[in-house]
Amino acid sequence: MTVAGHTEKGAIGVETLHMTMRFGAFTALDDVSIRIEPGTFHALLGENGAGKSTLVKCMMGFYAATSGEMLVDGREALVPDPKAAHAMGLGMVYQHFTLVPSLTAAENLVISRTDVPNVIDWGKERTELAAFMARMPFQVPMDQPVRALAAGEKQKLEILKQLYLGRRFLILDEPTSVLTPDEADEVLGHVRQLCEAGEISVLMITHKFREVTAYADDVSVLRRGKLVGGGKVSELSHSDMAALMMGDAKLADPAPRTGIPGAPILELSGLKASDRSGLKDIVIDKLDVRGGEIVGIAGISGNGQMEMMEILTGQRPLSAGEIRVKDAPFGATRSDARLSCVRYLPEEPLQNACAPRMSVAENISFRTFDLNGKGTRFWLSGREMQGRASDLVAAFKVKTTSLDSPIQALSGGNVQRAVLARELSGDVDLLIISNPCFGLDFSAVAEIRARIMAARNGGAAVLLMSEDLDEIMELADRVMVMSEGKIAYETPISEADITQIGQFMGGHV
Amino acid sequence: MNELGLWAIPIAVLGGAIRVSTPFLFVSLGEVLTERSGRINLGLEGTLVIGAMVGYAVAYLSGSPWLGVLAAAAAGSAFGLIHGLICSLPRVNDIAIGIAMMILGTGLAFYFGKPFVQPVAPDLPSIPLGWWSSIPQVEAALNVNVLFLIGAAAAFALWWMFKTTRIGLVIRVVGDSTDAARAMGLRPAVVRTLATMAGGAFAGVGGAYLSLFYPGSWNEGISSGQGLMAVALVIFARWNPVACFGAALLFGGAGALGPSLQSVGISQGYHLFFTAPYVLTLGVLIATSSTTRAMTGAPGELSITK
Repeated sequence: MTVAGHTEKGAIGVETLHMTMRFGAFTALDDVSIRIEPGTFHALLGENGAGKSTLVKCMMGFYAATSGEMLVDGREALVPDPKAAHAMGLGMVYQHFTLVPSLTAAENLVISRTDVPNVIDWGKERTELAAFMARMPFQVPMDQPVRALAAGEKQKLEILKQLYLGRRFLILDEPTSVLTPDEADEVLGHVRQLCEAGEISVLMITHKFREVTAYADDVSVLRRGKLVGGGKVSELSHSDMAALMMGDAKLADPAPRTGIPGAPILELSGLKASDRSGLKDIVIDKLDVRGGEIVGIAGISGNGQMEMMEILTGQRPLSAGEIRVKDAPFGATRSDARLSCVRYLPEEPLQNACAPRMSVAENISFRTFDLNGKGTRFWLSGREMQGRASDLVAAFKVKTTSLDSPIQALSGGNVQRAVLARELSGDVDLLIISNPCFGLDFSAVAEIRARIMAARNGGAAVLLMSEDLDEIMELADRVMVMSEGKIAYETPISEADITQIGQFMGGHV
Repeated sequence: MNELGLWAIPIAVLGGAIRVSTPFLFVSLGEVLTERSGRINLGLEGTLVIGAMVGYAVAYLSGSPWLGVLAAAAAGSAFGLIHGLICSLPRVNDIAIGIAMMILGTGLAFYFGKPFVQPVAPDLPSIPLGWWSSIPQVEAALNVNVLFLIGAAAAFALWWMFKTTRIGLVIRVVGDSTDAARAMGLRPAVVRTLATMAGGAFAGVGGAYLSLFYPGSWNEGISSGQGLMAVALVIFARWNPVACFGAALLFGGAGALGPSLQSVGISQGYHLFFTAPYVLTLGVLIATSSTTRAMTGAPGELSITK
C-alpha cells in the first residue's frame, strides 16, 4: 500500500533504506531501515554508542552514508550536506543549545534564516514574528537575551526556531536531558500536539522509556549499529524495550543497603556565598550528612549545585557560615581533606579532577604522591606510584593502553573509574559527588553506583548532587531539592514522591 | 597665569580630550569590531604605529593628507589580514600572535620610516567650531579635527550595525558561539578574519591621526601605548561602540591633564599627571575585574574571558 508522502498541513515522512556507515574498519551503522510516517512521533532508543547519532547525522547530511538510501516525502533524496537537508524541510534540535546566548530570542530567530536582508527592518520583522507566534501552541519571551531564559524556554525556542524556518520533519536529540520533568512534559506535549495537527513529523533520540510511552507513536531500537526491533509503542512494554536495548548484557544489580546511619560527619550551617553571576546568593541554612547515609540533592542545573560543589571544594569564598567535618572546622585545603578523610568526585572529572595531559598513574597518585607513611616526602617514588596505580587500575577495571598514557586519552567512563579509584582508596569518611554518571553508558553507570553504595555501606557519609532524578531515587537515603540557590525541600527516601520533587525542582511550589 | 585663571584647566582638558581621544577612539572601535567577532588583536599597537608611518609617508609623497589616511587604513587592514589568517590556523593563540604583530609593526615602521623623520607632511584639516568665542583658549580647544567627527559618527554607525544589520548580527553570532555559527552554516574563521581586517583599518586611521594632526609629525616615539590602552578601554566600555566613544573622551581628558596643568603654570609634580591615562587604565581594569564571576557583556568566544 502506498502512503502519501506528507500530511495536508505539510508534515513530511522520511524513510531510510539499508543505511550503513563505516568509519575505517568500524561499522557504526549496519543496514538500518526505519520509516517515520508523516505526522507521527517516532522514538529512537539505544545506549550510548548504539549508532543513534550516526543515523541522524547521515539523515541530516553531516555524514555521507557508506551505502543506503533515504526517501523524503515519498521520493528518493540525496542529502550531501545539512543545507540540502534544510532545503527539503528537515531540521534538527541538538542536545546542546545552538542558540546564541547574548542575542535576544527575536534576533536568534531572524538571523537563523537564510534570506536575512542586509539591513533588518525590525518593525516589520516584529509584526511577522508576532503573527508567527500567534499560531504556535507555546510562547517564549522575544526581547530577552537567550542567556536569561530558563532551560525549558530555550528548548522551546529551539523547536520554535525550526518551525519558524519552515521545517516539517524534526529530529530531536535527547531534548529533555536539561529539563525538569514538568518542563519535559510541557515541551513534549506541545510537540505531540503539533504532530497530531499534522504540522510536523518527529524523530526523537532518547533513552527515557517514560517519554517514549507517553508521547511516541512508534519506536525503533538500535544496538551496536543494528536495528534490533521496534514497532508501535502501544504494543511494547518497558521491559521489552529494555531487553531490546541491552541485548544479553547483564547489569550489576542495585547494591543492597546495609547498616544504619551513624554520627553526623558533614555539618553545614548558615552558609552564604554569591553565585556565578554575582547577583544572587547561595544560602544553605542547615544541612548535615551522617556516616553510612547518602544524602541526594536533586535539582535542575544552574540552581546552585555547581556553586555548592565549589564551596565544598574550597573554590568559592564564603561570605558567612561554617563547614564542619567530624566536629572540626573544615577549610577544604588538601591537608584538611587528608586529615578528615574527605574525598571528592566532581562533575566532568577530566576537567575538574584531573590534569588531562598527565599520565593515568600520575593522576591516580594525586592524593598520595607526597606521602611516605605518616610523613611527607621530598623525592617522589616512581616505583611506588606505578605499583599503586597498577593495583587500582586492575581493581577498578580502568581500561587504558598503559599507565603512562595521558588520562585525556581515556573514554569518559574510564576517566570516571580512574578518579573514583583514586578517591575511594584509603579511609573515606566523607564523599562529595556531583553528577557521577553524566554521559556514561548503562554498564558503567551500574558499576559506579554500586561503588558509591559500597562506600556508604562501609560507613562513609555521601553527599550526592545529581541532575538525574532516577539516580537520586536509586541511591539516596534522604532527598533534598535545590532550587534557586536554596534547599527547597527535604524528605526521607521512603516518603519521596517524584511528582512532588519535580515540582520543587521547577520552583513551582 | 592668564585672565582665565583656573578655568583654563577644564577648557584645556576638554580641548585635549577631543584632540587626544581620537586615536583611542579609532583603535578601540577597531578592537570592538575584532573582539565582537571572538578574537582579540593585541597587535593594534603595532598597527597604529605602522598606520602613522604609512600615512605620513604617503601624505608627504603625494601631498594629500587624505591619501595618507587611506593608505594608513589599507596598511592597517593588511596587518589585520595577517593576524586573522594566522589565527585561523588550528591551535594558534590570538594573544601571542597579537604580541608578535605588535613588535613586527613597530619594527617595520621604524625601519621604513627613517627617511621620513625629517620631511614635513601636510596636516589634516580641522574645523574651527570655536569661532563664536573671542577667548583664544576656547577657540583652540574647539578646533576639532575632521577625523574626530568621523570617529564619532563611526561609533554610532557600528552600534547601529551590531543591532540592525545582517553583518552586525553575524559578527555577534560568531563572537558569541562558534558552534551556533557553524550550525547556521557560517564560517567563523572567515568572519573573524574580515572583522580583524576592518579593525586593523580603524587602528591604521588612528595612527594617521597621530602623525598627520596631533602631535602631527612622524618619529619613533609617536605612540605612547594608545594601542594597548585601547584594549583596556574596550573592556571598560563593555564592547559597546558608543560607550567606547565616551571612554575614549575620558582617557583623552586624562591624557590632557598633565599638559593643561603645565599650561597654567603648575609645574610642581605635573609629571605625575602625565601618568594619568596609565593610572586610569590600571584603575579601570581593577575596578571592572572580579575573582569570582565572568564579565557580563563579553563575547562568549573571547579567549581572555573563557
